[in-house]
Amino acid sequence: MQTEGKKRIWSEYNKEIADDHYFYVRSCIRQSFFPGSEQFFLKFLRDDLRKDVLENPSHTTCTGIGYHADVVPFSTIMTVIARHYALMKEAGYKNIVISCVTSFGVYTEILETWKHFPEELEKTRDYLRRATGREFDLPLNMAHTSDLIYKFRNEIAEKAKYLLINHKTGKPLNIVEHVGCHYAKIFPKYGVGGAEFPNVLGGMIEAWGGKVIDYPERRHCCGFGFRQYLVQANRGYSLSNTVKKFDSMKPYKPDMVLTNCPGCTMFMDKWQYTIKEMNGTVYGDNGESIPVLTYEELAGLVLGYNPWDLGLQYHMVQSEPLLKKMGIHYDPADKYRTRDGRQMPVPENMINV
Amino acid sequence: MKNKVIVIGGGTAGMEVAGQLAKHDCTVTLLERSAETGGHVRDWYHLFPDRKDSREVINYLENLIRHKSISLFTDTDVNDIVRENDFFVVRTSDGKELQADAIVVSTGFDLFRSERKEEYGYGIYDNVISSADLEKMFRNDEIKLQNGNIPSKIGMVHCVGSRDEKVGNVYCSKLCCVTAVKQAIEIVKRIPEAKVFCFYMDIRMGGALYEELYKEAQQDYGVNFIRGKVSEVSQDIDNKLITKVEDTLTGRPLKIGLDMLVLMAGMEMAESGQKIALSAELDTGENRFFKATDLHYGSNKSNKNGIFYAGTCTAPMNITETISHARAAVIDVIDYLNDRSN
Repeated sequence: MQTEGKKRIWSEYNKEIADDHYFYVRSCIRQSFFPGSEQFFLKFLRDDLRKDVLENPSHTTCTGIGYHADVVPFSTIMTVIARHYALMKEAGYKNIVISCVTSFGVYTEILETWKHFPEELEKTRDYLRRATGREFDLPLNMAHTSDLIYKFRNEIAEKAKYLLINHKTGKPLNIVEHVGCHYAKIFPKYGVGGAEFPNVLGGMIEAWGGKVIDYPERRHCCGFGFRQYLVQANRGYSLSNTVKKFDSMKPYKPDMVLTNCPGCTMFMDKWQYTIKEMNGTVYGDNGESIPVLTYEELAGLVLGYNPWDLGLQYHMVQSEPLLKKMGIHYDPADKYRTRDGRQMPVPENMINV
Repeated sequence: MKNKVIVIGGGTAGMEVAGQLAKHDCTVTLLERSAETGGHVRDWYHLFPDRKDSREVINYLENLIRHKSISLFTDTDVNDIVRENDFFVVRTSDGKELQADAIVVSTGFDLFRSERKEEYGYGIYDNVISSADLEKMFRNDEIKLQNGNIPSKIGMVHCVGSRDEKVGNVYCSKLCCVTAVKQAIEIVKRIPEAKVFCFYMDIRMGGALYEELYKEAQQDYGVNFIRGKVSEVSQDIDNKLITKVEDTLTGRPLKIGLDMLVLMAGMEMAESGQKIALSAELDTGENRFFKATDLHYGSNKSNKNGIFYAGTCTAPMNITETISHARAAVIDVIDYLNDRSN
């Protein structure tokens, strides 16, 4: 494998990422499944980097799940996105930062549609005006939240308390990066590093001391695919996609999987539990399953945040094996305790514990 | 006084034009941007359909330009072309100002840079090579993987950079199919136990004896032809190239582990030609090659009186067609010079 070839490709996809003053739009599902991720992102940008980030409570779902399930028509989703741009305009912001990869794909698809079919932009302006009386501007800069963590990866590395290095052997951890399909496969120019050899997550891993695994099914869907899981009868497709990926990465003995899409994190995490229950297969080394983390969670671990404040206990595959490899000190007793010290119920059948 | 003609580009077409014009009593200046003449043919091993050694063609062309009326300047790029009254002035990268009564542009083609098809991993995966790289291996008598082993399963991807809207080339490069067939046969001749798979969209065998070669590849050399476009290539832990393709004849996706993958790079208008097109205001067509005044009876004539085209700077061509096109350019040049003096 020649890394120079990858670097040449990365140099052709130099995405501009705004330096400050972000209008932040959350994901629908990340807040439920990985509640520490968005929390960390806001805290890190505001408190550590002293950046200006605005969240507007009137922001809604982008309706992407409905759109991909053929429930929400394109004209409707364009108007919903236009409303978010109107909220941004009213707040005086020009740089939008999107937490969800599905939403990011929707925003890019709509921007490109408006660029190539200006009549659709005018129609959307009219729909929004008639529905809400609002006006909107197109964003000056649009980024996914993983783009921002990538942009500030070296600042994180400078402040790192723990690196992606096995503290016992001194060797880099083997890390699989899985970039959500809607991040750049639709429009490669919107992704850091393009679509075929994206560098948005790989750049973080290398900056923090880890080794990126390139395996045969790296580009394959995680199994989330809306039509595969929204229709119950199709869920076998979803599971078989995930099996294909994990079978492919297993020989490389990954220490963890890093993702930037809510669906990917959820499915690669939870289907490992399902596969283990179905046929006893585990994909990690030493009979363990492979922890699947978001980039915010990983950045938080590198910076020395408490793993339980980052919400790692809410994953199906528990992260203790990874924490031990990184040499992170944690208190198991705090895992299911609230901040004011109350004990929460402890889930049964956790894996990797 | 003899007529002066400047020929820009010292590949097959340019050498043929220069030689033929010299025979017809013209003083010729042949400008070649690289260190030696011969163009792409110099990098090729065998030529289809008869597997003639390319050095025979090079020898023929070199003999042709060994003429007292031809001045050859290598390592010489053209900066611009200006018309001044009845003659042209060509300014070169090394500061020359050359005068001529007519100009023949024979800047040829560039091979499509295979790394632009990112999904195939050229320049990233060790054993993904281009058709030009394979010719070098033939010449060096060394078909080997990066680790020195002999490959046993080899794939050939047709239409890399041709008939591909994604890279902006909608045209067929015309010669990649027959090149793949020729190279597949050569591989099996050298490695008899090798399995060779050609992944194609359509097999386009539009030349004398091409179809026969295609049949020979299947019947005598057991080359497998799979109709389908390769969607992606990756590398597994044993350095096998995991190649995904749709077999459109069986209607099924196919995943195959290969030792080596050869990309049949298409032909594109040369960058040096594009530069000349801009500086001399020469028309280019939708495929970016030089646009002749008429496709049927004016394929050597440019939109500028006195500037002519020869060879693959106008469209993909094989050696036979290139030499014929070059000779036709010579006739147009002589007609033009005669008309001027009358």
